[in-house]
Formats: sequence, C-alpha cells, structure tokens
Amino acid sequence: MNQKLKSLVLSALVSIATPVWAEMAYISNEKDNTLSVIDLASMAVVDTIDVGKRPRGILLSKDKNTLYICASDDDTVQVMDLATRKVVDTLPSGEDPEQFALHPNDRHLYIANEDDDITTVVDVKTKEVLAQIPVGVEPEGMAVSPDGRWAVNTSETTSMLHWINTETFEIEKNIVVGQRPRHVEFSEDSKIAWASAEIGGTVHIIDVDTLEEINVLNFKIRGVNQDRVQPVGIELTSDGRYAFVALGPSNHVAVVDAQTYEVLDYLLVGSRVWQLDLNADQSILLTTNGVSGDVSVIDVADLKVVKSIKVGRYPWGVVIAPSS
Amino acid sequence: MQRTVSPSHALCILALALLALAPVHANTTDIRMGYIQWVPDQGPVLSNIIPEPHDAGLRGAELAVQDNNSTGRFLQQNYSLETVITDSDAQAMQALSTLLDRGIKLIIVNVPAATLRDMAAAADGQALLFNAGAKDDALRTEECSSAVVHTIASYAMLTDALAQWLSSRRWNEIFLITGPTAEDRQWANGFRRASKRFNLDIVADKPWTFDADLRRTASRELPLFTQGAAYDAVVVADVRGDFGEYVPYNTWLPRPVIGTQGLTPVTWHRVVEAWGAAQLQSRFRDLAGRGMNDLDYAGWVAVRSIGEAVTRAGSPAAADVRRYILSEQFQLDGFKGRKLSYRTWNGQLRQPVPLVHPRALVAQTPIEGFLHPATNLDTLGYDAPESRCEISQ
Repeated sequence: MNQKLKSLVLSALVSIATPVWAEMAYISNEKDNTLSVIDLASMAVVDTIDVGKRPRGILLSKDKNTLYICASDDDTVQVMDLATRKVVDTLPSGEDPEQFALHPNDRHLYIANEDDDITTVVDVKTKEVLAQIPVGVEPEGMAVSPDGRWAVNTSETTSMLHWINTETFEIEKNIVVGQRPRHVEFSEDSKIAWASAEIGGTVHIIDVDTLEEINVLNFKIRGVNQDRVQPVGIELTSDGRYAFVALGPSNHVAVVDAQTYEVLDYLLVGSRVWQLDLNADQSILLTTNGVSGDVSVIDVADLKVVKSIKVGRYPWGVVIAPSS
Repeated sequence: MQRTVSPSHALCILALALLALAPVHANTTDIRMGYIQWVPDQGPVLSNIIPEPHDAGLRGAELAVQDNNSTGRFLQQNYSLETVITDSDAQAMQALSTLLDRGIKLIIVNVPAATLRDMAAAADGQALLFNAGAKDDALRTEECSSAVVHTIASYAMLTDALAQWLSSRRWNEIFLITGPTAEDRQWANGFRRASKRFNLDIVADKPWTFDADLRRTASRELPLFTQGAAYDAVVVADVRGDFGEYVPYNTWLPRPVIGTQGLTPVTWHRVVEAWGAAQLQSRFRDLAGRGMNDLDYAGWVAVRSIGEAVTRAGSPAAADVRRYILSEQFQLDGFKGRKLSYRTWNGQLRQPVPLVHPRALVAQTPIEGFLHPATNLDTLGYDAPESRCEISQ
C-alpha cells in the first residue's frame, strides 16, 4: 500500500515535472535566415524565428538564458533572449562571423572571421573588442577548453589548428592537420582535443599537455565512396564514453569509443550532416542535415536514429537549451 | 575601375600589417613562381555583348599567392609571383627562358597548346609547368611531357561530364551543332567520344556554316536549321562564343540547348557556392572586382598545389614539388566537395566538373552511379588505359 502510494506520488511528480524540465532545440537555417525551435517533449517544431542573414554558428551562454547567433552576411553576432525569443542586442564581430566559442568566464567570445583571416575576441558585457588575432586562411572552427586556458581556431585553407593563449591572446602553437579542418571539441577534463578534417576525411586527436597529435581516426562506411566521408561536427559525452562524429555527405554519424578511439558504429541520418548537440541528460543527440533540410534524433542509450524532423533550408547549427 | 582600386589597396595594407605582425625569422624559405600568359585574339564574334576579362587566370594565381602567404607566415615561407603578359608565341618563349635563367622553376602558363608543347621541351628536366589554359586532349593522351601538369579540365573531361548528365536524365537523342574553328571541332570530337561512352545517340551532326548576323535572323534561320530529326537536346560546340548564344529558344523543337552555351560544363564558375566555395568567390571578388571563372580557378589551384606540396614535402625545388604532386600523398581542398589529386599518367588534375547555367549550378559531376574501380572522378576524361602517357615513370 505504502509502496503503491509512493509510486503514485512519484509518477504525479514526474508528470508535473515534465514541463519544468522540458528542453528546446534551436536550429539555425542558413538559407532561410531563421531559427527553428523544436520542443524535445513533442519532437515537433513549435516556432520559427526571423534572425539576421545567413545564420550559421549558434551557442548558449553559460547561464543558459542567452543564445548567440553568427549572422554571417550581416557581419554581426546577434544576442537573443531565450525567455522572449527576441533579438535584444548585437555584438561587433568582425566580418563574416561563422563559428564562435565562449570562454568559461561567460564574457570572452572568440569569433572566427572567415573572410578576413582573423579571430576576434569580444567581451559580451562591454561589447569591447579585446583582440583581433591573425590566423590562417578561412578560419572556421572555434573552441575554448573547459578549463579556459586555450582557444583553438581551425583555418580551412591553411589546414592548421592555431592554439591561442587566452591570457595573452597570442598564438603559441600551430599544428598542421588534414585538409580543411572544420571543428574542434575538448574533452570535459580539457586533456584531449578532437579536430575534424573535412576533405582529409580524418579526425585528429591532440594531447593538450604536450600539444602533440597522438592519434588519427579514419572512417570507412560500406557502400559509401571514401571521398564522401567528410568529418565535420564532433560531440563528446561528458562521461568520456562516446564521441559522435558527423560525416557530412556520407549521411552517417560515426560512434567512436572515446577511450580506445575505435569506431563502434555508423548511424544513417539525413543528407550532408553538419553539426550535433546532446541534451542535458545526454539521452538524445540531434544532428543538422544541410541538404535534406531536417534534424535527425538519435537515442544515445540504444544508438539508434528514432526520428527526423523537417526544419528550414540548410540547417547548420544546433543548440539544446532548457525551456524558459 | 575606381571600385576595384580601393579594395585592393585595403588588401595591400592588410598584407603589410600581417607581415609586420609575423615573427621575423632568418631562415625564411622563398618560393618564387612565374606566370606567363599568351592568349591569341579570338577574332570578331557575334555575341560580343558581355566581354571576357583580359586578366582571367592571372587574378586567380594572385589570390592563391595571398592564400599561400597567409599560411606561409606560420611556416616561414614567402611566396612570390613574377608575371609576364605577352602578345605572341615568340614573346612567351622568350619570357620562359628569362624566368628559367633567373632560377624560377615553378611556372603557371596560360598559353595555346602549340606554345605549351615548345615550352615543355624547353623546360624539360629543369622546371615544372602548370597548364592553366589549354584544354586540348592531345596534351593528355599522346603528347604528354614530364615537365607539365594540367589544372584546367580537358575537353574530354568537360564533354564526359555533360554526357553523364544527359545519360542520367535519359535525354539520349542529341542534335549536335559544330562551329568552324579547330577548338569547336576538338570540343565536338570530345562530345562524340563521350556519347559513345555514355550511350547517347547523335541523331543529327551538322556543321555551322552560316555567316549572317544572327542577332537579326536567329529566329528565322535556327528553326529551319534544327528541323528534321527527333531529339531530346541540342548540343552546341562554339568555344569562342560566336553563334551559340542565339541557339536557345530558337530551335524547331522545344528542347534545351547545352554544350558551350546554355547549360555548360566548366572547371569553375561564379555560381559555384557549396563546399565553402562562397568564401573563395568572395575573396576573389574583393581582389579582382569581378566573378571568378575557369581560367582563374586553374591559376588558383596551380599556385595552391605548389603551396601544399612545399608545405608537406618540405622543399621548394621543382623536382620535389613534382614528385609530391604526383604521389599518392598529395591531396588538396579545391572547394569542390572532394579532395583533388593529379593523375599520375598524364598529370591532369582530377576534379569534379560543375554544370552551370549563367545564374545557377545545375549539377555537379561525376554523377552518382557512374562507377570506377579506383575513383569515380576518373570517369571524366581519359583514364589510364585510354591514354598513351606515363609521365610519372
């Protein structure tokens, strides 16, 4: 009796709790100048928001109340208040901002300016440009290590990872990797960095203490031309178990053992998969599929694709935030 | 003109600023390259409304020098380009010997096939020439030189791309119109070969012999000219752009016009924007004040190939650059969605061929489904068994 009552109360709590814990996914649609908002509870698009021209990289503030949007063709970073879903401000970004990363201090935003071969650092509170750092041709990927020590920029045509000291804003090391490096992701403990090379078809594993490459991953999918296997976005689970690598026009996401670097599986998603994001409890992974214009939903426990959701044209970035 | 000047000034200032920022190292490697252009006058053409740029090719090479130097400042490399624009075959040959005498052994050439043959003989054994202009198939099948690699797509690659697409659309019955010049005949021969490879049927094969001004009479002459057979598409071989622009919408049957006009296969075009190409296009527009065409791309990809080879092989010597470029290790991101490499038998750059109309990309070839044991990029142009060349030996 007592037990039954407990479970009743529990289930009542859960059903009440659901809306409180609901999560929303924000998808930038590069060719539509909009964001699609997906409610993860219903797995449906619940809103479409007009934003600046050619929205690509998007990211969440550390307090999860604000979404930053690279409006590449407007040469600006837009600041959206997630409670009202309104653009409330813009930041100086340098020309053609594509991707960016926020320092753990929640203030220093590192922006890759693709047309200018520069990384711009902006203080999001004062809107002051703190530094403009010359990097290689077509800076693209940006990441800041969780411990805040390093900012890493990838330059696509130069094929380098530029390691920027976040105290001095100076480049301390350049590592040559495969052709067209796109994205960098740090492990939770800041010890390992993963870097994808889109045209090289490889993922490079960098030991952060020594700044040396310790492994190179290759991918082989049955029945898919090797040239179409093009790694782009990377997402790591915080328990250190999995790395998910979006493999572009091969239309697959690779599941990698993050300890042994062994490829465990390839999951079929939509066409030209670009970016990925995990939800808060890491049970769900979303992918943006640029050419098919949809988002694939991956169940992380089963490693299965469970749904695809139509969004706008050329969905690029994805961020999952608590519903506000 | 005013508008092209100020952005390039801005770029110069930026370049200087970057140089100043770069750490000074005593052991900087200088990579000196040359660019020789000799483009014969095409003669008067009927469709002269949109003139072709005179600096096509050169501006692409110049952009790649900037790109290489942006990378080079992290690697203590300094790239420079010596440019010679000439007005005759003799001047072009003289320019080559001057550059060679001055120790410049990596040279991009935008010259006709006949000049290129002489240049290859003169450069053999001491320099590497990048053919960024001549599309002639013979240079890739019978008259290969170990001193030459080709960055511009050949006629066979372009026409194979078109034929693959026609085949994938099942538009198999073709009305072919061939212009009077040697280039037109080469292009048409390429298409005839491609039609056999991809199982198309040329139901009419007519030479263009009219010399009237079609701007006034196209609507009267062309319906009659294209009457008589049942066809799915009209393919025009008019390389210099004389009469071809007047064929669309004037055919007897309501059919698409493709080939050198209408929908065209190209090495590059300003409408290509996928795979990061939008960035290359906007960099080029900032530099040159116009859209980037196939010759510009051929010049760009040649200089970028040199940059990639010098960086990865660690030597700017022509022999080392050549060895690396023709090796399995070489790969280059050329904004076409695939890694680019060079065919070891004839030095041709393997590359996708976009099919475009003047305002949009229609398809990117090779079309999925056309298979090849090594890489489906080799379904375009002369494959190893079809070419008598073996330059990497």
